[in-house]
Amino acid sequence: MTEKLTIVVHSGDMDKIYSALIIANGALSMGMEASLFFTFWGLQRLQRGGLGKGPLSKMHMLGIGKSMIKQRMNKANVSSLERLMQDFKELGGKIIACEMTMEIMGIKKEDLREDLITEYGAVGTYIQEARKSTINLFI
Amino acid sequence: MSKIKVDCCGETCPIPLIETRKAIRKASFGDIIEVRGTHQASKKEIPMAVKALGLKLVDVKEEGGEWVITIQK
Repeated sequence: MTEKLTIVVHSGDMDKIYSALIIANGALSMGMEASLFFTFWGLQRLQRGGLGKGPLSKMHMLGIGKSMIKQRMNKANVSSLERLMQDFKELGGKIIACEMTMEIMGIKKEDLREDLITEYGAVGTYIQEARKSTINLFI
Repeated sequence: MSKIKVDCCGETCPIPLIETRKAIRKASFGDIIEVRGTHQASKKEIPMAVKALGLKLVDVKEEGGEWVITIQK
């Protein structure tokens, strides 16, 4: 059985989306399977044009902190969230969108990046992923 | 059997690891993959990935801050 990583992406903060995608790509690169379950604020990042729109989890300062961090990230040549997402998909990563969040927030499938989403599901889908996972994180 | 070259010079975490994995996936059995880069943590971590994937680490070289890792699928 292949080892597997599952992450619940609950936060929509930019820095935490980076953490989730970097860890998930690392797992795929090192031969594991990886599934990301996007729920609550995390799901908003799967809305069209929303991937990089999240605030910083700390020192956001109405966007000043975020633009400073983005400048530093550019200088350090950190790749974009879009590229990390494309790499994640290319390496066979799975993206699950939380259907309950879609109901609560009134998000429709056509509002979401359907090109990225592998499947739609609720807690049962997540558990089926997580029970087979050797690493399971909540971000 | 062919040789695949991957240039990750100037790239930072996790790009060298990802690009190595992509190249390995595309390679055929027996192919040689040569990854070049400057990110220091990747020099240590790409061999870890090679081991985890059960592939052969042929060589790790470094000169003037630039490393070259050779892998056989």
